[in-house]
Amino acid sequence: MLRVRDLACARGGLPLLEGVSFSLVPGQALVLRGPNGCGKTTLLRSIAGLQPMLAGQIETAPEAIAYAAHADGIKATLSVAENLQFWAAIFGTSGIDAALDQMNLRRLRDRAAQHLSAGQKRRLALARLLVTGRPVWVLDEPTVSLDAASVALFAAVVRGHLADGGVALMATHIDLHLPEAETLDLTPFRARLPERGTGGFDEAFL
Amino acid sequence: MIALLTRDLRLALRAGGGFGLGLAFFLILAVLVPLGVGPAPATLAVIAPGILWVGALLACLLSLDRIFALDFEDGSLDLLATAPVPLEAVVSIKALAHWLTTGLPLVLISPVMGLLLFLPAEAYLWLILSLGLGTPALSVIGTFGAALTVGLKRGGLLLSLLVLPLYIPTLVFGAEVVGRGAQGLSIGTPLALLAGITFGAVALLPFASAHVLRINLR
Amino acid sequence: MASFWEYANPLKFMRTTDWLLPVVAVAAVVLTTVGLVWGFFFTPDDFRQGSTVKIVFLHVPAAMMAINAWVMMLIASLIWLIRRHHVSALAAKAAAPIGVTMTLIGLITGAIWGQPMWGTWWAWDPRLTSFLILFLFYLGYIALWAAIEDPDTGADLTAVLCLVGSVFALLSRYAAIFWNQGLHQGASLSLAPGTRMDWAYKAPLYICMVGFGLIFVALVLAGTRTEIRARRMKALVLRERMA
Repeated sequence: MLRVRDLACARGGLPLLEGVSFSLVPGQALVLRGPNGCGKTTLLRSIAGLQPMLAGQIETAPEAIAYAAHADGIKATLSVAENLQFWAAIFGTSGIDAALDQMNLRRLRDRAAQHLSAGQKRRLALARLLVTGRPVWVLDEPTVSLDAASVALFAAVVRGHLADGGVALMATHIDLHLPEAETLDLTPFRARLPERGTGGFDEAFL
Repeated sequence: MIALLTRDLRLALRAGGGFGLGLAFFLILAVLVPLGVGPAPATLAVIAPGILWVGALLACLLSLDRIFALDFEDGSLDLLATAPVPLEAVVSIKALAHWLTTGLPLVLISPVMGLLLFLPAEAYLWLILSLGLGTPALSVIGTFGAALTVGLKRGGLLLSLLVLPLYIPTLVFGAEVVGRGAQGLSIGTPLALLAGITFGAVALLPFASAHVLRINLR
Repeated sequence: MASFWEYANPLKFMRTTDWLLPVVAVAAVVLTTVGLVWGFFFTPDDFRQGSTVKIVFLHVPAAMMAINAWVMMLIASLIWLIRRHHVSALAAKAAAPIGVTMTLIGLITGAIWGQPMWGTWWAWDPRLTSFLILFLFYLGYIALWAAIEDPDTGADLTAVLCLVGSVFALLSRYAAIFWNQGLHQGASLSLAPGTRMDWAYKAPLYICMVGFGLIFVALVLAGTRTEIRARRMKALVLRERMA
């Protein structure tokens, strides 16, 4: 469903990762780990198609990926329901009620997003994933500012998504209590220095 | 598509959306100019077409940096870029929303401003027509400028420096339509050129805007 | 014959300009000096304009290079967008400050010339207005380069700005002509029959024009070399950070 081969990516002209390969079959989850700055976000953004890769291939069905970033992408002056309805319309799906229920947001339905706590905002951002109806979830630190109960809720949602034949690729530091998820440590894939040439200018641009 | 438009309009109209700022600015300008130039109707009537067009242009400029900056900061722009809507359509809709919240109100209120500046009676029709035809170009060109500067610190000032020269042809032909209309001259040529710029900008610039937006997001 | 694109390789570019730059620089200085000295001191006074006309030897070449520099930036930007040669993007970056200086020289010498001739330092004549607008476009282009930290992003964005700006600069020029038919004399040089200028003026003027062209080339080469070195330094710093 998602196959990544020999991927190399850079941030700000600095190569971060190279030779990253993995593949996910339906129902599979993969957790990316690695120290801060090792390139998790960059890798996820490359897979989401937001930035070009240096090398490698990403194979997936077209329009299969739903991406959730660090930032929540929530409009403060819109209500919870309005925020979700907007994304449902953009992704051409209908019905936000299931998503509201699964992320336990029904009580907050008509509250303006600016009055939500950080954890509630995060839950709203994750509810957006359910609304997209896409099978491949690419999640960057999905559990930031969630309490233990919400993390469990999130894990249950991911499990449901996997049971429906979806896949999930997540970068996170905490334990999600998803025993079925595999883990990939990115540390060994750190990009090495390019070979120094003759010391001339041909490799001036790294 | 329509969802994006309604969302942007809704955001603009809710508290803190900045709707009406441009209008207020336009009004202030129409008050300041007579205070600076003097109240003589003859003088004001001569400069009214130019002042009204420059005012509309600056009022448009005022809200340009909001087109993408807010969506960029809260991360929605990344999400929109990965959504099943072409980015070209996103920037076009954004430009349309900007025009509906800034350009269109300016067009509608412009006769009142004309009154304050003693615009000759024959020119009102041409004022409304030229602004109606020209302000969409201002929004589309401005959207390009906003896309160009979206990720930059100190982007606001730079945006003005980049966009204002691009506004020159629209300003020249737009003000010319009103000026000639006020003198009862034929306005066919400048009106056609103004329309040409608007349609050309609406048709082509969204591709450039989407391209630079993609660069700024990576 | 080796492909032209070989020179898009920074190393090859540096090696070639190692010897090319001094040659061009010397030729530029010699030609410009000869042209200006000839033009200023060894040409007859114009029967109408007196010796004021001699500022033409600065004004026309500078104005010409102001436009040519933008055209060169446009071509370099296209090459960058299509073929992604870094040297091309850096050459466009290096050309902008030179272009803006030429525009400024054109505007200032024009004002100095216009004062005795038309009795005014400035007039909203289409040509003058177009030049002032070109100056604004240069400022925007340079400011955008200066505002962006990542060099490749900067190259991409400024290249698109250069393309879009060229279209609007052209539109502005026609708008200015439409807006006000002006004072400025027609082009002083034309290859058509019935040429208005005498060879006594034309010869030194042509020399000055070539000289200014070479000055531009020399400065762009030097500027591009500096930009390549700056990129190299950046790359070395990145290397340090990776190691």
